Amino acid sequence: MVAETPLLSVAGLTRYYGARVGCENVGFDLYEGEVLAVVGESGSGKSTLLSVLSTQLEPTGGSVQYRMRDGKMRDVFALGEAERRLLLRTDWGFVHQDASHGLRMSVSAGGNVGERLMAVGWRHYGNIRTEAGDWLKRVEIALDRMDDKPRQFSGGMRQRLQIARNLVTRPRLVFMDEPTGGLDVSVQARLLDLIRGLVADLGLAVVIVTHDLAVARLLSHRIMVMKGGTVIETGLTDQVLDDPREPYTQLLVSSVLQV
Amino acid sequence: MSTYNFAYLDEQTKRMIRRAILKAISIPGYQVPFASREMPMPYGWGTGGVQVTAAILGKQDVLKVIDQGADDTTNAVSIRKFFEKTAGVETTTHTAEATVIQTRHRIPEAALSEGQILVFQVPIPEPMRFLEPRETETRRMHALEEYGLMHVKLYEDIARHGHIATTYAYPVKVDGRYVMDPSPTPKFDNPRMDNCPALQLFGAGREKRIYAVPPYTSVKSLDFEDHPFERTRFSRPCALCAAEEVYLDEVVTDDRGGRMFVCSDTDNCENRRAAGHRGELLGETLVKQARDVRNGR
Repeated sequence: MVAETPLLSVAGLTRYYGARVGCENVGFDLYEGEVLAVVGESGSGKSTLLSVLSTQLEPTGGSVQYRMRDGKMRDVFALGEAERRLLLRTDWGFVHQDASHGLRMSVSAGGNVGERLMAVGWRHYGNIRTEAGDWLKRVEIALDRMDDKPRQFSGGMRQRLQIARNLVTRPRLVFMDEPTGGLDVSVQARLLDLIRGLVADLGLAVVIVTHDLAVARLLSHRIMVMKGGTVIETGLTDQVLDDPREPYTQLLVSSVLQV
Repeated sequence: MSTYNFAYLDEQTKRMIRRAILKAISIPGYQVPFASREMPMPYGWGTGGVQVTAAILGKQDVLKVIDQGADDTTNAVSIRKFFEKTAGVETTTHTAEATVIQTRHRIPEAALSEGQILVFQVPIPEPMRFLEPRETETRRMHALEEYGLMHVKLYEDIARHGHIATTYAYPVKVDGRYVMDPSPTPKFDNPRMDNCPALQLFGAGREKRIYAVPPYTSVKSLDFEDHPFERTRFSRPCALCAAEEVYLDEVVTDDRGGRMFVCSDTDNCENRRAAGHRGELLGETLVKQARDVRNGR
């Protein structure tokens, strides 16, 4: 069975910024279709971990193994640059907190979604447009907005556009950095609903970084709590959130406002 | 004359530029950095082209300089004079006689031959610049042959205008490898770069880049399968020499919407008129028509 080997296998991952710790000795396995939430307060090392996992930062130590489409586990930092960039724009996705980092703001919505297709060799305008249109529909962006630029979009729409842009090449693994940050609650709720639907439909594996425990509860299967650069507690989401073991996790859970 | 070294630049500088040119010819379409010098003209007036010309010019060369196809406009006249003064080489306006042709954008209509060198003045050598502002990133994209972004630009054109609306600086792929900006040359001339017998050199002075298309090298304009590259077509012939299938300039003739379309290549137009071709707005044709009308009445 293929599903028994993890898609992503992380061991002893460490990143120092000089003498300071970014993240230290992080390890986990992620399987296909699984959503892992990384939670913790600001400065706990969540974003560093995500940057290292997505190869934007070199680790100081440890390894990140990924199961390529041919079924072989490869160390992503040992890949050649061409191979790694191909992986990043086909088999992986990255949803930024600030959509303007993940989108080309001066290119139309259709062009933003189509870019990855053109990057992997699509050269038929009609097909690119149809495919991009399909994805815009799936993220609930009306087709008459297809030729508008993301600048003219609201925050929630930009975030949905960013998701479409990432998913158009059918990646198997998506990293998300606070995808709902900075959005108002009703927009957040719709976005979460959308992400949950897409993740289930496409069987995506997701590593999502968030400080919002509600997001983690809604989306993730497993949760990893970080503090000061290290993982202090891991487990199934409901288990960790309903019955936190570590004092810090207990504090985190009890800090959530109940309405 | 004795105050200048031959062709203005000192010999060491010329050697440096020649090395860059040789490298550019060896890797068709690749932008080779070079130590661009200050020239006695502002950036944007052809400082890159002038340096390339200065580096390749020999005493036996015959130089032609055109600006948008014309031999008689400011940029062309002043660069021609510059080399007359600093190199003392023979100059010409006839394409066939020239061994080195420096051009701001057009490729002469007359077919080029082996042994001729075409030197383009380039303002922005990086074809992906307007979509990707980071030089480090565009260099990496060239190195890894990641040219999807180039098609995003064409996609945007079609989405907005219904067709590829880029009419100049139309991106091409050279020798099946590097994507190149053919300087702001009208796309009309793109097919003529393909498999051209002459050597084509491109110099960007401000951006400090030289690139080249060696003779008989494939130059393909990028396009989509369902929106193929199309050459610009004109609905009328030249008003002076009646030439068809040439690139035309629009000239406004009065303040009541009057305009005429004439050859952008002045040499080609003059040759055709000398050979007896007559366009509808040529002075003597008009005079003759007026005379006929008067006599007929």
